[in-house]
Amino acid sequence: MTPLAPKTEAELAELVASTTEPLRVMGGGTRPIGVPVNGQPLTTAKIKGIELYEPGALTMVAKAGTTVAEIEKTLAKENQRLAFEPMDHRGLLGTKGEPTIGGVFAGNISGPRRIQCGAARDFLLGVRFVDGQGQITRNGGRVMKNVTGYDVVKLMAGSYGTLGVLTEVSFKVLPDTHTTGVLLFDGLTDRDAVAALSRALGSPFEVTGAAHLPSGMDGDPVTMIRVEGTEKSVAYRLGELQKLLGKFGTGRTETDPEKTRAGWRYIQNVEPFHAVQTDVWRLSVKPSDAPGIVAQIDGADAIYDWGGGLVWLQVPQDTQGARIRAAVDAKGGHATLIRGNRAAGVFQPLAPAIATLQDGLRARFDPRGILNPGLMGQAA
Amino acid sequence: MEMPNPDPKVLSRKAELIDRLQQVLPEDAVIHDPSETRAYECDGLTAYKCPPLAVVLPASTEEVAAALRICHDMNVPVVPRGSGTSLAGGALPTEDSVILGVAKLNDVLETDYDNRFIRVQTGRTNLSVTGAVEEDGFFYAPDPSSQLACAIAGNIAMNSGGAHCLKYGVTTNNLMGVKMVTMDGTVMDIGGAHLDAEGYDLLGLICGSEGQLGVVTEATLRILHKPEGARPVLMGFDSNEVAGQCVSDIIKAGVLPVAIEYMDRPCIRATEDFAQAGYPDCEALLIVEVEGSDAEIDEQLETIMTIARSHNPVALRESSSAEESAKIWLGRKSAFGAMGKINDYMCLDGTIPVSQLPHVLKRIGEMSKEFGLDVANVFHAGDGNMHPLILFDANKPGDLETCEAFGAEILKLCVEVDGCLTGEHGVGIEKRDLMLHQYDPADLEIQMAVKDVFDPKWLLNPAKVFPLASSDARRIAAE
Repeated sequence: MTPLAPKTEAELAELVASTTEPLRVMGGGTRPIGVPVNGQPLTTAKIKGIELYEPGALTMVAKAGTTVAEIEKTLAKENQRLAFEPMDHRGLLGTKGEPTIGGVFAGNISGPRRIQCGAARDFLLGVRFVDGQGQITRNGGRVMKNVTGYDVVKLMAGSYGTLGVLTEVSFKVLPDTHTTGVLLFDGLTDRDAVAALSRALGSPFEVTGAAHLPSGMDGDPVTMIRVEGTEKSVAYRLGELQKLLGKFGTGRTETDPEKTRAGWRYIQNVEPFHAVQTDVWRLSVKPSDAPGIVAQIDGADAIYDWGGGLVWLQVPQDTQGARIRAAVDAKGGHATLIRGNRAAGVFQPLAPAIATLQDGLRARFDPRGILNPGLMGQAA
Repeated sequence: MEMPNPDPKVLSRKAELIDRLQQVLPEDAVIHDPSETRAYECDGLTAYKCPPLAVVLPASTEEVAAALRICHDMNVPVVPRGSGTSLAGGALPTEDSVILGVAKLNDVLETDYDNRFIRVQTGRTNLSVTGAVEEDGFFYAPDPSSQLACAIAGNIAMNSGGAHCLKYGVTTNNLMGVKMVTMDGTVMDIGGAHLDAEGYDLLGLICGSEGQLGVVTEATLRILHKPEGARPVLMGFDSNEVAGQCVSDIIKAGVLPVAIEYMDRPCIRATEDFAQAGYPDCEALLIVEVEGSDAEIDEQLETIMTIARSHNPVALRESSSAEESAKIWLGRKSAFGAMGKINDYMCLDGTIPVSQLPHVLKRIGEMSKEFGLDVANVFHAGDGNMHPLILFDANKPGDLETCEAFGAEILKLCVEVDGCLTGEHGVGIEKRDLMLHQYDPADLEIQMAVKDVFDPKWLLNPAKVFPLASSDARRIAAE
C-alpha cells in the first residue's frame, strides 16, 4: 500500500481525525520493530525541515520527518552532534530509506554513548504531536530545564507512535570532540570483560563507550573502552585507565580517527549480525548479570555494550525466545525481539499493574485504537 | 490564592478516618491534634498556610499502601510531602486533606558500585545520598540548593535540578527505577538497575508530576565517580549583552563547563555587603567551573579565559587553589541568604533560551521600576534557568500582591520569548493559574488525562499544577 504522506501537521491532523481504519505510523520506515501493523501506512517523512538551530544554546528544533542525515550534516558544520549516537537499523533489518529524527525519538533509539550521556529521551526537550483523535498537542519546549506540567515529552519518547504521531521535536545537542581514544584488551572472558568495563565506568575518566565482543573482527574476544576530548586529555585518560585496569592485561590504545570511528560504528549498528539468517534480541539488564544470562542461551552470539547493560544476542532462527525471556525475567530487565520469530512476543511483557497504566494511557491518547494497534504489547 | 472548598463529608468523618488509620499504622505515625498538625501547614512557600486534617508518617511501603487505601476508600485528598522545602506550594495542604510524609523512610537499601547505582527510601535527603557513597569516591549528581534538607521524594516530584545539571542533568536523567504506590494502594516497581525501563517511559512521566500520580517510596539512582578536581573562574562584564555573548561563545567553543552561574549588579552588591567575597562591582558576573585532572582543568580554563578576554572583561580571576575556589563560590552561595537579610523575597525560576538573556534582563529592569519593587538576578546561565529574586515587605499591606503580580509578569515574559514558567521549582499552587499562558487547553487536557489514568478519583495533591477552573469538572466528578 502506498503510504499516506501528509506535508503539514494540519494535513496530518485532519487525516487522523477523519480516518476510519487503523494506521501504521512510521517515519522513514527503517525500523519495523514489532508485529507488522495491519493498517494503512502513514509516514511523516514529508513533514520536514530544521526550524531552529542555536549552537550557542545547544538546541535544535526540527520537524519530525527531517532526516537524521540532514541533521547530522547541519550539526557537523558547527562541530556539534547528536551525542546519544542513534543506531542505524538498516543493516540489521535489511531496510531501505532514510531514518528520520521523529523515528529516532519515537523509538528512543540510542547508541554506545548512551552509557555516559543518556538516551535519546534524555535529550528530547519538546514535542508536538497529533493524538489518536486528530488533536494537535504540544508539551515541553526548547529550553533545557522545564518542569512546567507533566513531562509528556518523555512519555512520547519510546512509545513507537502508539500514543500520537510526532510532528516536531526540540532537542539538546552537544559539542563534538576533537579526539577519540580507545583502550583495547584482548582475550578476556565475558565476566572479566564486564568487570573491566565496570571498573572503567566507575572511574573519574569519563568513559563514553564500553563494549565487549566475545568474538571480535578476527574471531577473538576484544574489549573496548572509549574516551573523547582534547588530544592531551584523551592521552592522559587512556594512560590512567591503562594503569587502573592493569590486572586485565596491558591493553593497547588506538587513536586513529578512521579506525576508532569504524570500531564504534560496528557496535552501534550491530554490524556483526548483519546479513545472516538469525534471530536477534536486544536485552537491557544489570551489567553484572549479563554474562550469566548469555551463558544460559545455547548457540547464542553476544555483543555487550553499555558496560554490559545492553546485550545484543543472535540465536539460530526460530529458537530460544522462551529461554531468553525466562533468563531475563529471573534477573530483572527487559528483552525485545528486533529480528526473527515472534512466538515469544516482541516487547517485554509488563507486570499487571504497569500494563494497566499503559493500557489506560493508550486508551486516553488514542481512544479509537487506530495508532499502530498491536505494537508494544497491546492486542490488536 | 484560591483553594477548593473543603469537602464537608470528609470533615465530618474525621474521627472515623483517624480510627481507621490508627488500625494500620503505629500510634505515633498518625498525627491529628490541631496543635501538632500545624507544623505541616505550609512548605517553603510560607505565604500560604492551611493545617491539614491529619498527618501520617508511614515507615514502610506497606504502610504507605495501607494509608492510601483508606483515604481512597473514604475519598480523602492526600498531599504527599518530602521535607517540605517546595518553593511552589507543592506540599500545601487543604483543610480536608491528609499529609503523607515520607520522613521515616530514609534507609539506604542497596549500594552497588560495579553497576553504579544506589537504592534508597525516598525520605532520605539529597545530600545524604551522596553522603552514603562519597567515602568510596562516588556522588549523586543532582544538587538542588536545598540539598541539605530536601528529600529524594520531593526531588522526583519536582524533577529537581541544581547548579551542576548543565553537565550531569536533572533528576529525570539520573533516576533508574522507583517503587511507587498509586492512590488505590497498588504497589509497583518501575525500572531498576537496568537502563531505559520497559514499556512506556512511566519513570519520565512520574518525575516532575508533583506527587499527583503516585507516592514514590523507593528510588534507584545513578551514582558517578567524583571528578578528579574542579576549579572555577570568575569574570565580570559591564553589560549583560556582553556577558550573555560570552556564555554563548564558551558553549560554542566546545567546552562544556559543569556550571555557568550568573549574577547581576543588584545581586552582586547585596552579596558583597553580606559575604565580602571580593566580587567586582560590575553589571554582570559569571562563575564558570570546569572539572577534570589539574592539566585538563588548565587546558579548559585556557580556552575559557581566551574567550573571556576577547569580550573585554572588567574582572577576570582564575582560581589556583581550593581556597580561591571557595572564595569565588562564596558570594554565589550566599546570594539567597544576603537577599533574605535585606528583605522578604520571592524567588522565581522561569527558564529562557540563552540568547534571550540580555533582552529579558532589560525588561525585568524596566518592570522593576513600574512595580516599584527591587529585583536581583542570580541564575544558571548555561541552561537559561533564571532566578529573579523580587524583594518585598511582608508586613506592608499590598506588597505581597504587588510582588506576585510582578512575578507573574516576569514569567509571562519568559514564555513570550519561548521559555517556560518553571525550570526546577515546579508549578505547585504558585504558578498554577499561569499554566494557560504556556499551554493551550488541549495541551493541559492531555496532561490531565494522564492523571485520570493514575488517579481516577483525583485525590492525590488535587489542587496543584492545573488551574482550578481547568480541573474543576474532574475534581467535582470524583467527589
